[in-house]
Amino acid sequence: MTQQTAGRAVPIVPFMKLLDAEGTKAVFTGSRCKKCGEVYIGTRAICINCYGDQLEETTLSTTGQLFTYTIIYQSAPWVKVPYIAAVVKLPEGPVVTATLTDCIPDPALLKAGMPLQMVTEKVRKDAEGNDVIAYRFKPVR
Amino acid sequence: MREVAVIGVGMTKFGRFPESTVHDLGREAIVDALKDAGMDIKQVQAIYAGSQYQPYQLGQFLLKQVGMTMIPAVNVVNACATGSTAVREAYIAVASGMFDVALAVGCEQMGKMGLLGVGAQSAETSTEGILGTTLMPGIFAELGVRHMNQYGTKREHFAKIAVKNHKYSVHNPRSQYRKAYTLEEVMNARMVCWPNSLYMCCPTGDGAAVVILCSLEKARQFTGKPVLVANSTMTTPSFTQESLGWVEVATMTRKAADMAYEAAGIGPEDLDVVELHDCFATAELLHYENLHLCEWGEGGRMIDEGRTEIDGDIPVNMSGGLLSKGHPIGATGVAQICELTWQLRGQAPTRERQVPGAKVGLGHVQGGFEVCTVHILKV
Repeated sequence: MTQQTAGRAVPIVPFMKLLDAEGTKAVFTGSRCKKCGEVYIGTRAICINCYGDQLEETTLSTTGQLFTYTIIYQSAPWVKVPYIAAVVKLPEGPVVTATLTDCIPDPALLKAGMPLQMVTEKVRKDAEGNDVIAYRFKPVR
Repeated sequence: MREVAVIGVGMTKFGRFPESTVHDLGREAIVDALKDAGMDIKQVQAIYAGSQYQPYQLGQFLLKQVGMTMIPAVNVVNACATGSTAVREAYIAVASGMFDVALAVGCEQMGKMGLLGVGAQSAETSTEGILGTTLMPGIFAELGVRHMNQYGTKREHFAKIAVKNHKYSVHNPRSQYRKAYTLEEVMNARMVCWPNSLYMCCPTGDGAAVVILCSLEKARQFTGKPVLVANSTMTTPSFTQESLGWVEVATMTRKAADMAYEAAGIGPEDLDVVELHDCFATAELLHYENLHLCEWGEGGRMIDEGRTEIDGDIPVNMSGGLLSKGHPIGATGVAQICELTWQLRGQAPTRERQVPGAKVGLGHVQGGFEVCTVHILKV
């Protein structure tokens, strides 16, 4: 067993895999159905497309396209507004929700289909003192 | 399966009633419905009780308030479709022949925080604002923006829906809000989530509604005007990539509508009045298309042409809808059946919102992004 030391970087969701100790680089992990080839974000036991139960882990792209978005002006008390809440379509098919960064919250500047790149960001410490690493998407310019 | 009729409906005013318990609200609606049906609680053979936040032994506690012992009470939780699920369970129980008379009640005491109020999220564990949004105002806004990008729908189209629903609620004494707004007022109101401003979002609130169902053969013992439940359908989502990573509601809504139309032997063109799940202004426009009231991408034109106004070919949300009448989650789906029953009996309190000669009505509820129910009523 490896000793878990306080202050290490941990991903905010299980389908995010950190590539270095500080979490400056990360990829999305997914599952590919061995029978029909359908790809899912994260781990799945059963393929929804063909009901096959043999799925293998796969790595998904860190680029995607803006599928849709909203600009949020009112949220939970701890959330800083306004911010752009987006849905990002990955080239392999799955979609993920994300907050856009490096981007002005103005509907005139946001276009469906615009290319986006995933970046990581330390967002908080968890109860064990680890750095929680989240992903964001920024426009590719 | 036997034919099933609505023989009694009852409803509290929707609003904020911090001094009432959820059981007080449910009792008030039950008494109202029994009076409407001209019956005694002793004639009720089963109760289906829905509340999203306080479902614990709800049906049993309500019976404790109104009397009647030893009958089965089933408690239902199904997000915003909690009430319509209770109605559907009562419908199935009567249609199957197990009971002649069943009562469905939905009640809710939400407080002001909605889904945030139940402590499901906190600053320490939440991904809200970090990984986009998981809250209803945000997701329904994203759905609206998707429609704008796909079909060129404008923010004004959504705003006009809010103007419409607030306008009719002025004539509904049970509505939480009863104030009409101009298009400018809706457009310029405080933005919640682009493109929905404050008046384009339903409120949280408290309230209760009750529907009493009876086999059609026995219904005439209680009422000269039974309203037939022509069909009840329920679906779960498509579980496509969109649905798994975000939401996808068009497929399940269209499927539920298709099944309901087919089973009832009617088409959308036969509908006289619709109560649909307008939790946000963007949702109502999308559901025009999902319920086949118009073609894909035609939702904006539908509101522009006034087709869903009282003098249009398919009036929608004459009660004020969730946007203005309110959305105490567990009560909502039951309250829709109450409104449709009043419409089909010609009993909507004022002519400003009574669709003249309405014979066929449809009620549609979406629960979270995971369940859709459709009920068709007719006389």
